[in-house]
Amino acid sequence: MNPFSTHAPRSLRGVIWMAVAVVVAAGGLAAASLLPEGNPLHASAFVVSLAGKYLSYAMLALAVDLVWGFAGILTLGHAAFFALGGYAMGMYLMREIGARGVYGNASLPDFMIFLSWKSLPWYWWGSEHFVWAAVLVVAVPGLLAGVFGWLAFRSRVSGVYLSIITQALTYALMLAFFQNGLGFGGNNGLTDFKDILGADLHAPLTRAVLLLVTGLLLAASLLAARFVVGSRFGNLLVAVRDAESRTRFLGYRPEQAKLLVWVFSGMIAGLGGALYVTQVGIINPGEFAPANSIESVIWVAVGGRGTLCGAVLGAILVNLGKTLFTAWLPEFWLYGLGVLFIGTTLFLPNGLMGLWRHVRKAPPEEVTPEVADTQGEEA
Amino acid sequence: MTGDLLLDMRDVSVTFDGFRAINSLSLALRPGEMRAIVGPNGAGKTTMMDIITGKTRPDTGTVRFQGRDLTRLDEPAIARLGIGRKFQKPTVFEALSVTENLLLSLKGVRSPFAVLMARRSANERERIDRLLHLTRLEAMADQPAGGMSHGQKQWLEIGMLMGQEPDLLLVDEPVAGMTDAETMATADLLREINRTRSVVVVEHDMDFVRALGVGVTVLHEGSVLAEGTLDAVSADPRVIEVYLGR
Repeated sequence: MNPFSTHAPRSLRGVIWMAVAVVVAAGGLAAASLLPEGNPLHASAFVVSLAGKYLSYAMLALAVDLVWGFAGILTLGHAAFFALGGYAMGMYLMREIGARGVYGNASLPDFMIFLSWKSLPWYWWGSEHFVWAAVLVVAVPGLLAGVFGWLAFRSRVSGVYLSIITQALTYALMLAFFQNGLGFGGNNGLTDFKDILGADLHAPLTRAVLLLVTGLLLAASLLAARFVVGSRFGNLLVAVRDAESRTRFLGYRPEQAKLLVWVFSGMIAGLGGALYVTQVGIINPGEFAPANSIESVIWVAVGGRGTLCGAVLGAILVNLGKTLFTAWLPEFWLYGLGVLFIGTTLFLPNGLMGLWRHVRKAPPEEVTPEVADTQGEEA
Repeated sequence: MTGDLLLDMRDVSVTFDGFRAINSLSLALRPGEMRAIVGPNGAGKTTMMDIITGKTRPDTGTVRFQGRDLTRLDEPAIARLGIGRKFQKPTVFEALSVTENLLLSLKGVRSPFAVLMARRSANERERIDRLLHLTRLEAMADQPAGGMSHGQKQWLEIGMLMGQEPDLLLVDEPVAGMTDAETMATADLLREINRTRSVVVVEHDMDFVRALGVGVTVLHEGSVLAEGTLDAVSADPRVIEVYLGR
């Protein structure tokens, strides 16, 4: 197999298939959940929210793959963008509770009354409007990614150093969000949500619609990501990943290219976080934990880095494994995850997508080396 | 004052940790000229290229290209002004195809948003076809560059330089690791390129420099030791001393 053939994995057909599969699966499961309980095909609320969680994680994985797989930025802090998107949506969901909270205050969430705050902090302005929340869901992670990326890439921080500061970023945010005084509910986070857009979050129909919407937005993100990496800009990212200084001498500014994909990726992660919160029903500072970001890198590695589809596949399969594994042998999951990561690195460097390509093509001999050998000696 | 010079380096010095890599070096190049730079290891040839392309900032001295001061600009800005650089070790984008490599090099869009929206135009296709023909890589157009031989990578990189349509080409040891036949073919290619562009070639291989048949500048310890035709500088006793040792 030619180690340089990175073209095939981002094939448009594969991505379209994956997008369709995601929508069909989410739609099918959503429909199944609406069947009467006695029906053998009935999907329980638990399964529906689990599927919604997996698909939200798949968006985080897609975001990680965009920057790691294509621009070579090994992010160990992407869950920060995911969690920020989650908090932006959580603020709106908190306001939707209205006077139904324990303290019955129509405008202040319970935790603020508990802190004896008299009014909403300024950054909660507009949080009662869904549209504003939808803007914040992508704008806040995008803005943070923009500022962070501008500083880091401009200073030519890369490689391990960049990985470490992404980790520090998410850790710092976790500590900040644990503070009650920050105004996001401290270590309890935001929870006890009731409605979204007036629809009961616990009603089967609402849950079914949320799952379908998550599937659709994941598919849309997948196609958008494919547009980016399939464009000339995608080629530029790969060029920056493999020979950054060379691109400068061609007149490109690699820091700008990295910044653009980094912000785009942060927005996708934020969107995933928002969808996660609607279906899981809670967002707390634990979502900023460095381990979450590292797990998302493992999903991408397992699925196949730089393939987009692999990120989605890896996120869903590893989390499915986690659900099953933690039910059987809860204390061994972390070992299982470690073995999976080491095993993938050693035996499946291109992840499941690499394995799939290998099995499907199984080329007896590649054509390239022969052609190459006819002229000149190898370096 | 120096209006008709393409490149004008004057009294340039640069020091790395107390080591004077370039020592009041002056070099002038007329438009359309091709110049070979020779000199023993450590003479400052690569550092000189680094200064022209913005990779290294000189401590003192001026570097002007078409009258513009280069010492304040960074690598991308200098590349966009029309100076192309070919490195000693061929650096092509191995995961991309030959065509994709050439497409990225083509003079034109450079800002990330414009690159994101760019579609391959008929004009670009034509330019790529010409470059594929020039570098004799037509058969490899859709192959990943990483699978090519060393010589083919050298040629692809030269093709990418041509794609940039620079006014000045800096070429660092283009024939290192090439066969004799490839070396002579490369000399032909550079002469062909020189019909439309100015070229500075750094090279150790004297047969290659002879095949180019151009003016030679000998560098030694960061400054110019001799300048002239290859025969004239080879006969210079100071050059002989530097090359053969004392």
